[in-house]
Amino acid sequence: MESKDASERPDIEIDYKAGWADPENFTVATDRGLSEEVVREISKIKGEPEWMLEFRLKSLKLFEEFPTPKWAESAIEDIDFQQIRYYVRYSDKEEKTWDDVPDNIKETYEKLGIPEAERKFLGGVGAQYDSETVYHNLKKELAEQGVIFLSTDEGLKQYPEYFHKYFGKVIPPEDNKFAALNSAVWSGGSFIIVPKGVKVGVPLQAYFRINTQNVGQFERTLIIAEEGSDVHYIEGCTAPTYSSDSLHSAVVELVALEGARIRYSTIQNWSNNVYNLVTKRAFAYKNALVEWVDGNIGSKLTMKYPSIYLLGEGAKGEVMSIAYASNGQIQDTGAKIIHLAPRTHSKITAKSISRADGKTIYRGLIQVAPHAKQCVSNVICDALLLNEESKNDTFPYQEIHRDDATITHEATVGKISQDTLFYLMSRGIPENEALALICMGFFEPFAKEMPMEYAVELNRLIEIDMAEYGAIG
Amino acid sequence: MSTLEIKNLKVAVEGNEILHGVNLTINSGEIAGIMGRNGSGKSTLSKTIFGHPDYEVTEGDILFNGESILEMSTDQRANLGLFLGFQGPTAIEGVTLSNFIRSAMHAKNPEAKLENPIKFHRRLRKDLESMGLESSFLSRGVNENASGGERKKGEMIQMKYLNPTIAILDEIDSGLDIDALRTVAENIIRQREEGNTGFLLITHYNRLLTHTKPDVIHLMHQGKIVKTGGPELAVELEEKGYENLVREANN
Ligand SMILES: Nc1ncnc2c1ncn2[C@@H]1O[C@H](COP(=O)(O)OP(=O)(O)O)[C@@H](O)[C@H]1O
Ligand SMILES: [Mg+2]
Repeated sequence: MESKDASERPDIEIDYKAGWADPENFTVATDRGLSEEVVREISKIKGEPEWMLEFRLKSLKLFEEFPTPKWAESAIEDIDFQQIRYYVRYSDKEEKTWDDVPDNIKETYEKLGIPEAERKFLGGVGAQYDSETVYHNLKKELAEQGVIFLSTDEGLKQYPEYFHKYFGKVIPPEDNKFAALNSAVWSGGSFIIVPKGVKVGVPLQAYFRINTQNVGQFERTLIIAEEGSDVHYIEGCTAPTYSSDSLHSAVVELVALEGARIRYSTIQNWSNNVYNLVTKRAFAYKNALVEWVDGNIGSKLTMKYPSIYLLGEGAKGEVMSIAYASNGQIQDTGAKIIHLAPRTHSKITAKSISRADGKTIYRGLIQVAPHAKQCVSNVICDALLLNEESKNDTFPYQEIHRDDATITHEATVGKISQDTLFYLMSRGIPENEALALICMGFFEPFAKEMPMEYAVELNRLIEIDMAEYGAIG
Repeated sequence: MSTLEIKNLKVAVEGNEILHGVNLTINSGEIAGIMGRNGSGKSTLSKTIFGHPDYEVTEGDILFNGESILEMSTDQRANLGLFLGFQGPTAIEGVTLSNFIRSAMHAKNPEAKLENPIKFHRRLRKDLESMGLESSFLSRGVNENASGGERKKGEMIQMKYLNPTIAILDEIDSGLDIDALRTVAENIIRQREEGNTGFLLITHYNRLLTHTKPDVIHLMHQGKIVKTGGPELAVELEEKGYENLVREANN
């Protein structure tokens, strides 16, 4: 993992404002609400094979039967599933080059800085505008290496054999209510195959964006890294601010075969009326490495616990996550690592900041199976509270079925140190900026794992939030 | 010329009065020294000048160029051109020295265009070297895993970049070896010459004062300035000790 010397990193200014909305001139959309008809319509619009329709219908049934998990009940009781539009599409075909992208969509991307970013160092850009990927560009050398990077819909058309083998296998619709929902109405997302031994030198990136009121975004991502391959995938998410709530419920499945490495980086800045309920899981086979780098800044409520099943001997799993909960936000995040093979290693670093009446919750699970000898797991979990009314809860669960496992868990909850704040201000830095600096410093272990634009963006988001809500109460 | 005046300053912490009427003037371009035993109130004075929230001014005033600064926030005071070198600088997790200094320079002069970060970094690295700091100091958070002496050198670097009108250095010499002490003294002298900076040097030791040749030395005792003199006062202190000098002063 390339963690750059932070002091070497130039400070680039990016004007990041994600809170605008384009006019809702979608070309195809289903009626509001969820029903068998809606699911059939989605499948039909996409021209899917029969088995996928059946998978969707089975999933819909599961969704309807699933009770809401008790612990999540109060948080998500406000979601009205019948008010949501489950499928929206903007243009008929996937655009191959930037010039083909409709102007208003292009403007959206320009505001997000995508073309600029692409010019700099992106390998491939796949951007999802509501439900459908409209712009997809993969650099030549990637194609020559045999790397497949498509929208998941397109992937299903071109590579059905991979779907039979892997789709819904890491996260079956039976897993949880929201995985079932996604399985019923999924649309878009990224499909990536990295062939045996291929190391993708540049990060593959996708942006996701919700633009329609009450629209649901249910992308479905599947990444398969074949033996000895290496890939870094980055997603960024934004949504404009609307008066009514939206739902984002994605499913992300990763498969790292023997000796492969997948790093999956996310930074979500959904506007604070989006429910962000995401299931992310990875299978790591022998000597594979899976890393989730997961940043949560936006949304009204996020519930997300990236997990890694360490299935083969010597596999490694790492989760590095940050959560920032400002006024009215709940960031309920964490990680799950299941040690199912001997000598597997895991590391979780979770850092959270709560501000105003924001609340951060860490839920973590470390499981070591009876036959998984000599496993090592380290969990570090730090929370920073900025105000008297800001809150944090930590729920670390452990199920260790072996005596020879080395398991450590450290957790801290702290407040901003008055002396540190004074020190910064004594240098002429105003209180808001000093607080933002302290927060960014706290998130530094995360930021240095992100490409520079994202780190800068994170910085700006925190600065804007500090300026908006003023000094600590 | 700029002037920082402390007038009959009384300061309390949690209701206990610690400074009992301090009078002191610091002019730009001049060096003043303050000596005094542990607990006599030297750090209290320096932090009060910067508006630390723990210290309540119950009487008196602090004036910069004739205007009271008591109503100003800490950052506003700093941006008048005041600098405080801390006795015990805290660490700032994850914030690099270069980022810290650039943020401070930007706060002081928001209109000025910031130097190219790569160039800035190179310049900073050079300055660190001449201050005797390892370049690893730059890749960590400010003062993270740093010794007392390293932190003091870091304060000197920050001062240089902020180019203050008046600098208060609180025991800048503690934790430094003899060579480092000389380097710090040289930097103080240079800063006075090049930036016309005025200094208030808080110290226990004659050595820093011998090197920097202050214009005036104050002796602080139990929250008051009890004696003021020229450079000879430092020598006298070294010979007689605080106890005797304070007794003489009180008589
Ligand atoms: N924040 C504080 N809270 C309580 N007492 C303090 C605080 N700061 C200073 N004091 C007290 O004020 C007195 C002077 O301390 P200080 O100014 O640090 O002295 P010096 O720097 O001269 O050694 C001491 O008795 C010290 O205990
Ligand atoms: Mg002191």
